[in-house]
Amino acid sequence: MITSLASNPMLRRFDPAVLTAFGCIIVLLLIGSLVNENFLSPDYLLQQLQVGSFLALIATGMMIVILLGQIDLSVPWIITVGGMMSTAAAGWGPLGATFAIPIGILCGLIFGLINGIGVAYLRVPSMIFTLGINAVAQGFMIVRTGGFAPQDMATEAMNELATGRLVFGIPNPVWVWIAVGAATVFLLRRTVFGRCVYAIGNREVAAYLSGIRTQRVVLAAFAISGALAAFAGALLAGYSTKAYQGMGEPYLLPSIAAVVLGGTSILGGRGTYLGTVAGVILITLLQSILSVVQIEEAFRQLIYGAVIIGMLLLYGRQRRNI
Amino acid sequence: MTDYAATAPHSGDWRYWFGEQRGTLLAFAVFVVMFAIYTGNHPAGFNADVVTTAANKGVLLALIAIAQTFVVLTAGIDLSVGMIFVLCNCVASYIVVGTGLEATLGVIGVLATGLVCGAINGLIVIYGRLQPIVTTIATGAAFFGIALLIRPFPGGEVHEGLADFLTGQLPGGIPASAVALLVVVLVIWIPFRRSVLGRAVYAVGSSEPAAYMSGLHVQRAKFAAYALAGLLAAIGGLFITFVTYTGEASSANANTYTLNSIAAVVLGGVSLFGGRGSAVGAIFGALVFRTIGDLLFVFDFDPLWQPLFLGIVLLISVCLGSFRLIRIRNRLDLFG
Amino acid sequence: MDGSTPAPLFRMEGVSKRYGGVNALTHADLTVETGRIHGVLGENGAGKSTLMKIMTGVVQPDEGRMTLGNNIVRFASPAAANAAGIVCIFQELSLVPDLSVADNICISNPPQRFGMIDRRAQRRIAEEALARAGGEDIHPLAPVKDLALSRRQLVEIAKALVRNPRILILDEATSALTAADVRKVFTVLKRLRAEGLALLYISHRMAEIAELADECTVFRNGRNVGTFKSGAKTDTEIVEMMIGREYSHVFPSKPAPKATSGAPALEVRNLSWNNRLKDISLVARAGEIVGLGGLDGQGQRELLLALFGVLRSTTGEVLIDGKKVTLSCPSDAKHGHVGMALIPEDRKTEGLMLPMSVRDNLSMASLPQLSRGGLVDRTAEGKAIDRMISLLGIKTDGTAVPVGTLSGGNQQKIVIAKWLMTNPKVILLNDPTRGIDVGTKAEIYQLLRKLADGGAAILYYSTDYDELVGCCDRVLVLYDGAVGRVLSGAEITERALVGSALNLGGAQPAAGTPSLAGAGAGE
Repeated sequence: MITSLASNPMLRRFDPAVLTAFGCIIVLLLIGSLVNENFLSPDYLLQQLQVGSFLALIATGMMIVILLGQIDLSVPWIITVGGMMSTAAAGWGPLGATFAIPIGILCGLIFGLINGIGVAYLRVPSMIFTLGINAVAQGFMIVRTGGFAPQDMATEAMNELATGRLVFGIPNPVWVWIAVGAATVFLLRRTVFGRCVYAIGNREVAAYLSGIRTQRVVLAAFAISGALAAFAGALLAGYSTKAYQGMGEPYLLPSIAAVVLGGTSILGGRGTYLGTVAGVILITLLQSILSVVQIEEAFRQLIYGAVIIGMLLLYGRQRRNI
Repeated sequence: MTDYAATAPHSGDWRYWFGEQRGTLLAFAVFVVMFAIYTGNHPAGFNADVVTTAANKGVLLALIAIAQTFVVLTAGIDLSVGMIFVLCNCVASYIVVGTGLEATLGVIGVLATGLVCGAINGLIVIYGRLQPIVTTIATGAAFFGIALLIRPFPGGEVHEGLADFLTGQLPGGIPASAVALLVVVLVIWIPFRRSVLGRAVYAVGSSEPAAYMSGLHVQRAKFAAYALAGLLAAIGGLFITFVTYTGEASSANANTYTLNSIAAVVLGGVSLFGGRGSAVGAIFGALVFRTIGDLLFVFDFDPLWQPLFLGIVLLISVCLGSFRLIRIRNRLDLFG
Repeated sequence: MDGSTPAPLFRMEGVSKRYGGVNALTHADLTVETGRIHGVLGENGAGKSTLMKIMTGVVQPDEGRMTLGNNIVRFASPAAANAAGIVCIFQELSLVPDLSVADNICISNPPQRFGMIDRRAQRRIAEEALARAGGEDIHPLAPVKDLALSRRQLVEIAKALVRNPRILILDEATSALTAADVRKVFTVLKRLRAEGLALLYISHRMAEIAELADECTVFRNGRNVGTFKSGAKTDTEIVEMMIGREYSHVFPSKPAPKATSGAPALEVRNLSWNNRLKDISLVARAGEIVGLGGLDGQGQRELLLALFGVLRSTTGEVLIDGKKVTLSCPSDAKHGHVGMALIPEDRKTEGLMLPMSVRDNLSMASLPQLSRGGLVDRTAEGKAIDRMISLLGIKTDGTAVPVGTLSGGNQQKIVIAKWLMTNPKVILLNDPTRGIDVGTKAEIYQLLRKLADGGAAILYYSTDYDELVGCCDRVLVLYDGAVGRVLSGAEITERALVGSALNLGGAQPAAGTPSLAGAGAGE
């Protein structure tokens, strides 16, 4: 079915994986409406988008790194760094409060840069280097907070950005997602940087021999991933009005899953942002259906895992290289 | 690239063995040094109890590290080992109880659980043709869900005689856990390593196309790797039940063991690209990892700074391999 | 036919295989008999490798049947083919890099004891097999990845011999061997033939086939276009069978050497690196095609890489247009005022991103020129690409198709086009016509001359003496990392090239240095 759909000239422009993802979204919406009559109401759907926006920011950064053929496992604690540093900055006086979010983002950016140096210049496999950075980031935050839950509060602005609905009644985080998403699409499709990302993900040697400064591209990609993760952390802190230990843990695996379910190959070189959008919505809907149905956490995890495998078997198979 | 001219047969052989085992030997050396410092500075000194406590903790991570080694050798990764570990812990807290016979059956049941989990991973990777990293993330979630079903709250019990025996000391002050680990290595790892199947696993990790062209059973090798990983994770789950006397579905624990197993494997000289390394190296990598933490305790390192220190040490140790970059003259060698 | 001829050992009838829309093999026939060496010739893409892959169980045929002895057979995997006695010696693919030589030789059916591999017995077997294959100097415990290519080839041969094959297939198996090794292998093959083995020898090199084969089959476009006894046809006739039309090496005429003023486009002074390049100095002027000759592995590849900024810790100077430049990466070399381009050795792994589109591959090197402020100018890109495609005559089904679907010749054209889009002043080519069909080769020669006439300086490394003679204005023959001799104009003859490659009159070549046999003529 997938392949015959794909031979339709109009649909051929679209990656079959992305189409399947959207198809699954529709299925999930239907299931959702069965379990909860309010599921398809605009209010509820907007709320889903709002919750999904945080995951989306993280998945965006993750996607760029995965497109390179790498992975960023430092996301959990960089999110926490973003949350904790921005709330901390809020307590540093009026200047700190104004720049709370940018300061949080900056901290994430710095960790991202270190990731980039380790992977691009020291040639350490990204899986293990980002794991180490994750541990270091955690270490820093433990030192900072003295091991206790941080008492800093988020600024009004942070809270407003995360929970308010400024424009057209659409939640602010969704606007943030739209802005970041648009910038990412632009970056990947229209800029030299984007071309380089795909090239490196496809074959780094050939990109290098074509005169591309591959190390700089990898460095920038990890920096972006760190910055976006920290940004998400700051927003999450704004949402709950404070940061807390382990706030980033629940986001690592879903962000990787969202990217992969959206048709991006974990090996790099292939994938579209539209797919990541679909993947994020998919994961968010799945998680909310599972919580609406009010089954135990246990079954949730089980179904979560089974569904991801099922969807991947549908279309995310390893394609042979030409 | 040099040509190796053979001199007299069997002379110079040690040179090749040395080259092959370099990572393992390095990890071993580092461990010996660190452990010496640790016991030397421990307030209680070098005595059996200190060593046994350290051994129990070390063996736990070592078992998971061996599990991870099987999969990493095939150039894959298993992000579900921690979850299988926790699942088997929960299962053990139910069935490894009662009489000696019942407990033995319980042990077999736990091992079977691990095998089945590993087999599921293997089947999905092989026949679903999905990438290991994504597969094991998803199956890990599922395994953890089952663990939660079994033990929503920490509890349960375990056959005390067995537990005390395996976490205690043998005559002479030798930790039973260390002997158990040795048995695992002798009964599982060495026969595997020397078998046709084991060699096939190395070949698949080194170059899957070459392995296929050479007529090796690539699928069988991968399946064995994932199944054995599950088995070893089950042994680890059994052991932690003996240590804690309970079963607990702790996601923090599961994650920590998974990620630490990857660190242990890298520290032990196993290449994440597959085809190189040994479980023995991974064991020492795990022990080194554990001992660092203990060392900090012994030196009265401010507990607040310990996680940061551990993280930095981990980072530096994985960067040590980058020293080889200095000697690279052709930049094309930088790429894979 | 002699009535007492035994039935053929192996027969392939009407075998076809399609990959996507391409017919790799169409109704192919082949007959193999015991105690004979059967040569298989054909251009790249003629179907030789597909044929071999089907025979060894790597792929399945779409139609047709294969008969072994009296039985119809079908091999589902390499293991099955091996079990039936059909063994293939590959170029490189089947050795596992991280395992030892002995492990590789006995990889599929090692001697066992108590369920574990018997290492001592395995080592003995390996040593015997190595001796039989002519590789006595290879240590059985050495990891394969540390061996030179020629040694690895011998290990591959030893590995095949261990399996007691009934049919032995050699697919370009001698390409990396030195002449001395080739001699040894031929002796082994002839002995095996006498022992009753059937051998299938697939190669480009007519000289080798002429020496070894009893009969030959030529493949073209996936079909068997003729089988004949060795010696029944002349080389030209055979080549015409291979390419399907009249054959003549077409080289564009060379202009008379002009008097030039000003600094040369490229000048190298005392370039040294890692004991592989020793004090090389050369000059290449705009409008010149300078060839790099000499035996394989004398530093030609390294020289090109060094000039392109890929090698580290080089000493000496490189001057472009008289100005000294320091190059630490290809990005520097490609840059505006330096303007170098390198067509790399392996187009599939170094020159192209196979799954990416033709368009993306073409613009990969010229993105700085085709963009403003980091944004790609799509219209400029489109125009430049269309111009290149028509200039080079690249045959493709639109610019959005993945480059991997194009033929080898077109792929190489894309690599060249990619670099032409950067308007380079100095063009470095690393054996650009290897594995390319004859028609495309001629087009590339014409193109290079045109580029030179347009003002580029070209440095051209080729393993084909005909090309060096036909294309180049001057040839630098490298020997052991240094420039041995410079030949200009009419001095460039095959005899002179061969002579200076062997450094006749100079120092003795190191043991194992490759010699002439196996290079060039008639490819």
